Amino acid sequence: MRAPDTNEILLQVEGVALAFGGVKALRDVSFNVRKGEIRAIIGPNGAGKTSMLNVVNGFYHPNRGVITFKGRTRAKMQPFEAARGGIARTFQNVALFKGMSALDNIMAGRTLKVRRGLLWQMLRYGPALAEEAEHRRKVEEIIDFLEIETIRKVPVGRLPYGLQKRVELGRALAMEPDLLLLDEPMAGMNLEEKEDMSRFITDVNNHYGTAIALIEHDMAVVMDLSDRVAVLDHGVKIADGTPDEVKKSQAVIDAYLGVAH
Amino acid sequence: MLEHAELAWLLPKTGRRHHKQGRTNAPVFGIETDMAGGGSFDTFPKLLLRNAAQLGTRPAFRHKDLGIWQSWTWAQVAEIVRAYAAGLHRLGLQPGDTIAVVGSNRPKLYWTMMAAQVLCAIPVPVYSDAVADELAFVLAHAEAKFVAAQDQEQVDKILSVSDRLPQLSKIVYDERRGLEGYDHSRIIAIGDVIEDGRAALAADAALGARIDEFVRAAKGSDIAIILYTSGTTGAPKGVMLSARGCIDAATDTTRFDRLTDRDVVLAYLPLAWAGDHYVSYVQGLVAGFCIACPESGDTIEQDRREIGPTFYLAPPRGFEAMLTRLMVRMEDAAPIKRRLFSYFLDVAWRYGEQVLTGRPVPLSGRLLYGLGRWLVYEPLKNVLGLSLVRVAYTGGEAIGPELFAFYRSIGLNLKQLYGQTEAFLYVTCQPDGEIYSDTVGPRAPNVDIRIAESGEVQFRSPGMFLGYFKDQAKTAEAMTSDGYVRTGDAGFFDEKTGHLKIIDRAKDVGRLADGTMFAPKYLENRLKFYPNIKEAVTFGDSRDFVCAMLNIDPVAVANWAERNNVAYGSYQELAGHPLVYDMVAKDVAEVNRSLAKETVLAGAQVRRFLILPKELDADDGELTRTQKVRRRFIAERYAPLVTALYNGSQEADISTEVTLEDGRKGTIAARVKVRDMQVIGPAESLGIAA
Repeated sequence: MRAPDTNEILLQVEGVALAFGGVKALRDVSFNVRKGEIRAIIGPNGAGKTSMLNVVNGFYHPNRGVITFKGRTRAKMQPFEAARGGIARTFQNVALFKGMSALDNIMAGRTLKVRRGLLWQMLRYGPALAEEAEHRRKVEEIIDFLEIETIRKVPVGRLPYGLQKRVELGRALAMEPDLLLLDEPMAGMNLEEKEDMSRFITDVNNHYGTAIALIEHDMAVVMDLSDRVAVLDHGVKIADGTPDEVKKSQAVIDAYLGVAH
Repeated sequence: MLEHAELAWLLPKTGRRHHKQGRTNAPVFGIETDMAGGGSFDTFPKLLLRNAAQLGTRPAFRHKDLGIWQSWTWAQVAEIVRAYAAGLHRLGLQPGDTIAVVGSNRPKLYWTMMAAQVLCAIPVPVYSDAVADELAFVLAHAEAKFVAAQDQEQVDKILSVSDRLPQLSKIVYDERRGLEGYDHSRIIAIGDVIEDGRAALAADAALGARIDEFVRAAKGSDIAIILYTSGTTGAPKGVMLSARGCIDAATDTTRFDRLTDRDVVLAYLPLAWAGDHYVSYVQGLVAGFCIACPESGDTIEQDRREIGPTFYLAPPRGFEAMLTRLMVRMEDAAPIKRRLFSYFLDVAWRYGEQVLTGRPVPLSGRLLYGLGRWLVYEPLKNVLGLSLVRVAYTGGEAIGPELFAFYRSIGLNLKQLYGQTEAFLYVTCQPDGEIYSDTVGPRAPNVDIRIAESGEVQFRSPGMFLGYFKDQAKTAEAMTSDGYVRTGDAGFFDEKTGHLKIIDRAKDVGRLADGTMFAPKYLENRLKFYPNIKEAVTFGDSRDFVCAMLNIDPVAVANWAERNNVAYGSYQELAGHPLVYDMVAKDVAEVNRSLAKETVLAGAQVRRFLILPKELDADDGELTRTQKVRRRFIAERYAPLVTALYNGSQEADISTEVTLEDGRKGTIAARVKVRDMQVIGPAESLGIAA
């Protein structure tokens, strides 16, 4: 059903540690994401999941550790460099331009793909116009893909939460990323919206072959969607494997249910 | 646009010549053609060829895809359909096979029907929102060998029941998304079928000749399509229609409403519904106008605005939903706009109908209406996407008079029609300028209607069905011995207007002892129109006159009682209050007065009535769960009251069991008064009306 899984490693995180003053958010975490897989990162609150994503896309700079993406190892990187490299993400709290339409928000995702300079864009003439039409086409494909034709021209601030999340996913897709980081894509959604979002995530994975790393609290969704699951607790990776393996891991059970003292 | 050489196949061998594209009345197939009708083109593929030859560069289909309206000309469609037909032929679709079409209004699905008809196969559109089980029933019954599905959702549904469909050999689909990973031994994209057909046609001239031979050999009397009824009453039935019948019927109505290739429709109703098939597919091919397909089911409003259809058909609830949304949005408008809106709506109410039908209007009214048109009505229609509509129809069920009047008052030429799938499609429709909210219009052209002894409306029409697919018994049931189709509806022709009025289901209609028609539901609806009356049950079948049992509406009447200082302790007491009786008697008198104006029903005025001491309740079996009165049951339960109504007594005692909210049983005993009513003669009714 899905794009052929290769065992080729897309992203390798090795020995990453991150501390905010005395708080150790991540301690010596290593994991990898393969090409075309859906990878879940789970863990109790404060386990360091979002920090991990922030490290991957250059929001935070780890105190220690190495990150290799598409074969290139880097020490310090800015978010825009990560974006340029092919990493897109969505946020736990929707981060869209509220006053802009859904269409414009997704168009914003094409920023890095725009070739003509600012002056051309301002003139919006000739080649610049042709280029914009080309970008618009890509964006329309995404709109069609996510079934948000109805809200194309609606300011995002007026949309319900579930649709905002979908627009945000659309914006991330507009970058045509190799790796998509989704931070709680289904938080605060009702069952139907969750089912829709799950379908879109698998469709993105199937259709574009995009590797996806996602953080999610809904265990049913995680176990259903993902190929492999990494479990963090207090900044330490306590388990890693297929959903079935993880479910059976004693460390995971202890982390979620607590240990009898 | 296609090159002339590619178009050559469209023209018959004898008539082949350099063809100038565009609209002409040039002979095709050596026959003078008339664009207003099907003429001698008795199958859909022939019509398609005619349109391609005569209207080659005119748009045939539009579809909003990726945010842009894509267009196909008639010539392009003809080329695509030919390639598609060749592709389906190579996949094994044979003459006489059925191909089900499941999905929303998409050009490729309409083309599927055309391509199937080219091969003399029979398309069977199916409701796309049907659950897998219903779908399986129809596909199995229709013995569908092929299915054309819109997307993954439909394909999944069909695959899930494929073990019940032994005849099914291939599924073709429109949208690829999500289907990449599927086993493609049984499913194939429509785009690929067309490509394959196109390549095969280019490589093999004999194939093209075979396809063209199908078109030439097809007869108008062959079955062109099978439309399954929605099956609200029992299992769905497959209505078989002939090409010639469909085309003749649509030829009549395109002439009636003067539809031309300059018209545009938005195809948004379910493919499987006769209404869409008629308006979009058949009339589109006959008149050669453009069929616009919306982007998705949710964007219809926006798409309607962008396309600006000129012909529009919607069931009453469609118009109602539109009005509701409009009113909700109006609530949020600035106060000045709201005032403007309500002021000019009043103006429209007073003069709109007269202006629309061209009757005399005082100068001041004309000026005010003109101003209103500029300030309110036209902008309003623009928002609704109805600015360019020349002809709009509603049908399928009765439309509320106010709703009907609203659209007409703002200048929308909304009319009513009456018909059914078996008639394909209208048997009556209102001509411009002869509009009444309570009639469905005079006979449509070339339709023969009669009212049977029983009051049932029966018809013969050009588009009349050939029978139900594989159901001889049901077909026989639906027809009279002399070849008329029974509608199952009772009605009569209004003497003043000559229009047909539908009053009830025929099986519910009875006769008074003197032979006057008695239509209980019609009377009850008339009575229930008044806010004080919540339910009404009328009696009269085989009786001397009509009597009614009424339920007062507790909310409306309690409100009235409070305002008028009427004291009461219970529903029962309120229902028996003399002042309440007086008030309700006024409503009943109103109903009698309006009945007096209708010759057929004047004898069925309510002679006596009473108000029941308890509300009719589904828990007591008096109503169905869908809140319809169970007349026979009520007659038995309240037998002493029925007796009192007919034996002339002024009051009667009744004791009846009631089921309380918590399920316990109780008893209500009451003495119920009976009120006599005046019967109004026709002269009197006119006097009061004037």
